[in-house]
Amino acid sequence: MNELVTPGPVSALTVFWALLRRDVRVARKELPFFLVRTMMQPVLFLTVFGFLLPKMGMVRGGYQTALLPGILAVSLALSAIQSVALPMVQDFGWTKEIEDRLLAPVATWVIAAEKIVAGMLQGIIAALFVLPIARLIMGPIANLTFGHFGDVLMVTVLGAAAFSSLGMWLGTGIAPQQIGLMFSVIVAPMMFFGCAYYPWRGLDAVPVMKYVVLINPLTYVSEGMRGALTPELPHMSLLVSTSALLVICAFFWVAGLRSFYKRAIG
Amino acid sequence: MTAIRTEGLRKIYPLAVPKRRGRRAPSAPFGPPGQSALPPAAANGARELVALEGLDLEVGEGEFFGLLGPNGAGKTTTLGILTTRVVASAGRASVAGADVINDPVGVRRRIGVVPQRANPDRGLNVLENLVFHSAYFGIARADAMRRAVALLEQFGMGEKADAKVDALSGGQQQRLMIARALIHEPGVIFLDEPTVGLDPQARLALWDVLRTLHRQGRTIVMTTHYMEEAEQLCDRLAIIDRGRLLALDTTVSLKAKAPGGTLIELDLNGPADDAAAQVRAMDYVSKAEAVGDVLRVHSAAGGRIISAVIEATEAAGRHVRNITLTEPSLETLFIELTGRKLD
Repeated sequence: MNELVTPGPVSALTVFWALLRRDVRVARKELPFFLVRTMMQPVLFLTVFGFLLPKMGMVRGGYQTALLPGILAVSLALSAIQSVALPMVQDFGWTKEIEDRLLAPVATWVIAAEKIVAGMLQGIIAALFVLPIARLIMGPIANLTFGHFGDVLMVTVLGAAAFSSLGMWLGTGIAPQQIGLMFSVIVAPMMFFGCAYYPWRGLDAVPVMKYVVLINPLTYVSEGMRGALTPELPHMSLLVSTSALLVICAFFWVAGLRSFYKRAIG
Repeated sequence: MTAIRTEGLRKIYPLAVPKRRGRRAPSAPFGPPGQSALPPAAANGARELVALEGLDLEVGEGEFFGLLGPNGAGKTTTLGILTTRVVASAGRASVAGADVINDPVGVRRRIGVVPQRANPDRGLNVLENLVFHSAYFGIARADAMRRAVALLEQFGMGEKADAKVDALSGGQQQRLMIARALIHEPGVIFLDEPTVGLDPQARLALWDVLRTLHRQGRTIVMTTHYMEEAEQLCDRLAIIDRGRLLALDTTVSLKAKAPGGTLIELDLNGPADDAAAQVRAMDYVSKAEAVGDVLRVHSAAGGRIISAVIEATEAAGRHVRNITLTEPSLETLFIELTGRKLD
């Protein structure tokens, strides 16, 4: 007769690390699909707006400089949202695959936090892949500098965290049937009114829009990227954009973890 | 030693009120997709649904314990609470000495859970499913590999280690779920309707696996709505319905409590009350009752009195549409207790 074996306590960090290793393992298997999914949209945009239109003389040369940070911001944001929201909708909606992780001996919020971190990593990787492709398509870009690497890193990490947490909130709060709606009603407007394809300063021409876009988290990633990558050109102050991202991060982090807990524990 | 104890466990689900942002009905933590944890009773206009109404249970260490009841009885909710996936509205529960509310992490460390529908991690292959699950429990990789390989061998899936999960049959997937539930060597194992959807052969194979686990001294708690499964496997059974405990005893004693005689059920073409009065007066009839259009007769002479019962029924002005015979068993006890059949 066996005794009741009581396995020893496990540190939350050990479990977190194991969960992250699992996500990395799965992501590596799916890397080609991941790249196609995240690269398609920026490549198309870059080709049309960063290559064709400038060739035709339809936009002025400076546009490419304004476009690049925005394209990076959109890729980062979209990839971070999708990497968390889609698996959450699937797992809680029908596959129930996440059940085995919900039984891990760790506080439930740690499991959600790991998912957000994994989403951040995927967002950052997407941005890293887009950068050389953009250079390839658009050729040399005036005024682009990596001299402020600390700023670039800060905006990237904050942006990825904000959108990964938003992905958690959306993915656990939306019914599986409405996932298509999420993209057309929330994500698409966010992309177009997030100052990604035009600089915020340019909206001086349409003052109402200049304030409306401030409710869009993507605005701060786009402008933060501009502040970090093309600091010579007009942009929102880095202090403002990073502070706003910090607040947005905190809000969606709390909302995302709470929403995850509600779905996980009945 | 007590492995599991519940005291006055209650669970009330608020029902979706279709105004403002409608809240979803809670989905069954281990249930099939899209199936609500709520019994059909939720369909009426009530504001809340009582899934469990003061459940007191005690399961001893090493016991094979069965929770028997129809769909919506509260079995899955009970399992959800004991496995820390559902928070009880009231009452207390502890598993292997750890309180499910105050120490859910301690509970999870000590339990293994086999869901109703196999939910392997499809991003990983068969071996990885086990190895990563071990990692969540802090088991070192080399040790995890050794255990995973041993379990796959034990369950006759040694050659499937590198297979994709989707390549497994339903029975194999369910065995993988059991292997996963065992790999961190928990003392208590929960199984939610583990054989639903399996073909008879796979079901028998799974029974063998469960018997072996029981012999190894593990505490096993299983929900089922199959009488035969409960009779075959469980030391002790709790019969629950509509969130209440109706009977709790060893399988043998419960069978002995089953009302004597064969149960003959006749579907009539109208209310069965007059027919019941007629039949009650007959020889060999220990009990006759009307449940709507159904006439329930307990016969001490097996099916031999059927023709006489039909005659009496027709004399009472009713026609018989259908007849069912049930030998004394947990099934008849269940019908006696709940007034309805299991499925």
